[in-house]
Amino acid sequence: MRKYTPKDNVQGKSYYTDRFWVAPRVPRMEVEENSHFAAVAKALGKKAKESYVEIGQLVVHIDAKKVVEIMTILKEKCGYTQCSEQSAVDYLAQDGEFELFYQLLNITEAKRVRVVCRIKKGEAIESITSLFKSANFAEREMFDMFGIKVNNHPFLKRILMPDDWEGHPLLKTYPLHGDEFASWYEVDKIFGKEYRDVIGPENRDPSRIDRYDTKRFSRVGYEVPFAADISEGEKENPIEYSETILVDYTKDSGKQLDERR
Amino acid sequence: MQQPNKLTPFFENLNFERDDNTMVINFGPQHPSAHGQLRLVLELDGEQVVKAYPDIGYLHRGIEKMAENMTYNEFLPTTDRLDYIASTSNNYAYALAVEKLLGIEAPRRAQVIRTMLLELNRIISHLFFIATHALDVGAMSVFLYAFREREFAMDLMEDYCGARLTHSAVRIGGVPLDIPAGWIEKLASFCTKIEHEVEHTYEALLTENRIWKMRLENVGVISAEEALSWGCTGPMLRGSGVNWDIRKEEPYELYSELDFDVPVSDRCDSYGRYRLYMAEMHESVKILRQLMVMYSKTEPKLMAHAPQYISAPKEEIMTQNYALMQHFVLVTQGMRPPKGEVYVPTESPKGELGFYIKSEGEPYAYRLKCRAPSFFHTGLLQEILVGTYIADVVTIIGTTNIVFGEVDR
Amino acid sequence: MAQHQVNYASAAGLPIALTSVDKLVNWGRSNSLWPLTYGLACCAIEMMASGASRYDFDRMGTIFRASPRQADVMILAGTLSKKHSEFARRLYDQMTEPKWVISMGSCANTGGMFNTYATVQGVDRIIPVDIYLPGCAPRPETLQYALMMLQKKIRRESANMNNNTKQNLRLV
Repeated sequence: MRKYTPKDNVQGKSYYTDRFWVAPRVPRMEVEENSHFAAVAKALGKKAKESYVEIGQLVVHIDAKKVVEIMTILKEKCGYTQCSEQSAVDYLAQDGEFELFYQLLNITEAKRVRVVCRIKKGEAIESITSLFKSANFAEREMFDMFGIKVNNHPFLKRILMPDDWEGHPLLKTYPLHGDEFASWYEVDKIFGKEYRDVIGPENRDPSRIDRYDTKRFSRVGYEVPFAADISEGEKENPIEYSETILVDYTKDSGKQLDERR
Repeated sequence: MQQPNKLTPFFENLNFERDDNTMVINFGPQHPSAHGQLRLVLELDGEQVVKAYPDIGYLHRGIEKMAENMTYNEFLPTTDRLDYIASTSNNYAYALAVEKLLGIEAPRRAQVIRTMLLELNRIISHLFFIATHALDVGAMSVFLYAFREREFAMDLMEDYCGARLTHSAVRIGGVPLDIPAGWIEKLASFCTKIEHEVEHTYEALLTENRIWKMRLENVGVISAEEALSWGCTGPMLRGSGVNWDIRKEEPYELYSELDFDVPVSDRCDSYGRYRLYMAEMHESVKILRQLMVMYSKTEPKLMAHAPQYISAPKEEIMTQNYALMQHFVLVTQGMRPPKGEVYVPTESPKGELGFYIKSEGEPYAYRLKCRAPSFFHTGLLQEILVGTYIADVVTIIGTTNIVFGEVDR
Repeated sequence: MAQHQVNYASAAGLPIALTSVDKLVNWGRSNSLWPLTYGLACCAIEMMASGASRYDFDRMGTIFRASPRQADVMILAGTLSKKHSEFARRLYDQMTEPKWVISMGSCANTGGMFNTYATVQGVDRIIPVDIYLPGCAPRPETLQYALMMLQKKIRRESANMNNNTKQNLRLV
């Protein structure tokens, strides 16, 4: 049986796992009385589902539909005039939701608030560009990387990836090396699909060794003309790792040790 | 007639002038003054810019996705390549974010060394700023002078960590190396040299220079509310009169103990920002002088003591068995931080550089987002370039001090 | 400064240099290589540093030109992302013959540490490269050594002045 590879999270996993490890939580403090954060929590009132202080910053969980309202309250009443950061976290595998966060800054009080909300896959979020202009680029990046559409954004277009890119890279289902579209993108764009064979697939294995390569490596002291054949008739056996295939020791396998010299 | 062909570009179907006499030009991704790979599509009416559309993403390398596939320690050298001009500041911002997540603090000597490296990187970055800004505006000799000073600073960094540009000089929990013998003296001589040079070369050449003033005054004006709204931080914000420096307001490392001023300018234009950068270099020298004195009073401990997350010092690993075992586990599996999220802002030479790390208790981060100051400054270009002339476009790109490693990540 | 020893006995006492057309043309080409300013990422900073005060690039006869039509050698310094690859190829095509390419740094050679979806794994997938220069970022002296190696390579080649064939074109 081949190994089970979960398809909803294709990111790398640490090779060794610690089966009995229970991770502690970063401590969450209650909002202190009569502090600036207490005033903020009071201004938000019922709209905040949950609020606590984590590592010196107030974290407020809200409902995704009320984002603009809450941002307006924070900006006008509580003085959070800058939205430093805004992005999403992909929890589609666990809950089928994205967790969006907005990081706000109050210059006069030197305090930060993180507003967290959750939206389901396929839902759109309202843009806060009317309040904070920094959201212009930040929401475009969120759309580009996760596919989360933003309503009422002045210019929602891909920003970091090329305009004709398919797929949203930061989703957990998107592999680090890129899917097939990504791996042939530059060849298709510049030369056309016919040149895929001429150029060949990408080399994603950092430890690949081409034993008889005379096109890229200079053999200082043993120079040969470009693309000369120095294999002397031996065909190159590609190195295969035993986790990827089940090595059949009865047939000609990839391992050179099979042949006694 | 040019035959269209996949290999040679086809120029006969490009319209340069529209019906209402506005011209659309492409300030392409390869341009000597583009500071990297910025593509600006400018709509011009004569020489004035009517609309500007910055197109970025030409250096997008997927760094945030890499963080989800590597352990925390493995990822540290990748952070070097974000703001590649002052690498230690990114390393430090990342290390600080992870340390806040873990709840540990670096020992005193490591803090002194880190702050010294941070301020040295600030000087390196500001020198690069003045070099490229002056080169773009036209004062080419300042480029050569500034690079000469920068070489001395990079010599210092090379003596410390071995690398000129991509340092990785900071580890999670402290620093890996102690300062070599004679480094403090070299740093002291460098400080005197740079102070002298900033005052007598850069400021003497540029500050009262009529051409420089004409090119820079009232160019790239941005009011305080606009700057705050667009997410500007660092010298862009302080150049508009807002007194906000994270080193003073939300101090980290030893900044709460050090005595330095924060220069603020309310000119709101490029000239004010230029004066700000020069003043900041003087302040950095002041900080470095105080740190050099503080270094000798610290005890020689370089990494924090948190065996669950951080390996022991090399001497212990080589001689003690448990230290070796723990080091092996930390290197192969990676350390498992607590579950939770953290956002830590630091004052990098370009602005507020922050890392948002969300961890699920796994050795790989679940999500890492890098808040890059240059990203928001590039967004600001949409608004700040409207109404300026073509020559000012180059000045404004220079004054926003954008680095494309950060913008595109 | 070099001491010029003119051996008057060898060329019948006259200051004449005897050479072949190949050697003369290659001498001219190699000693005044004009690079295209093509700094993409961190290696661009090292390229700038190698052109600046301490490691002067001008002594090799190089002048950094911004326009591809006026440049001889294209020093690809930095990571080539897939979005940018189209423009890199376009710039390479716009360069006039004879042209050479130096791929500077790990990212340009093989994609470097960025083994991700958005990085071209090696600039030689789309542009034929003459000299590969390893390092991350390579020191300025390394870049100058690479340029010197390129000069040696140029001096070995035949001048090929009448043929329109592209000397270095491996790809298409």
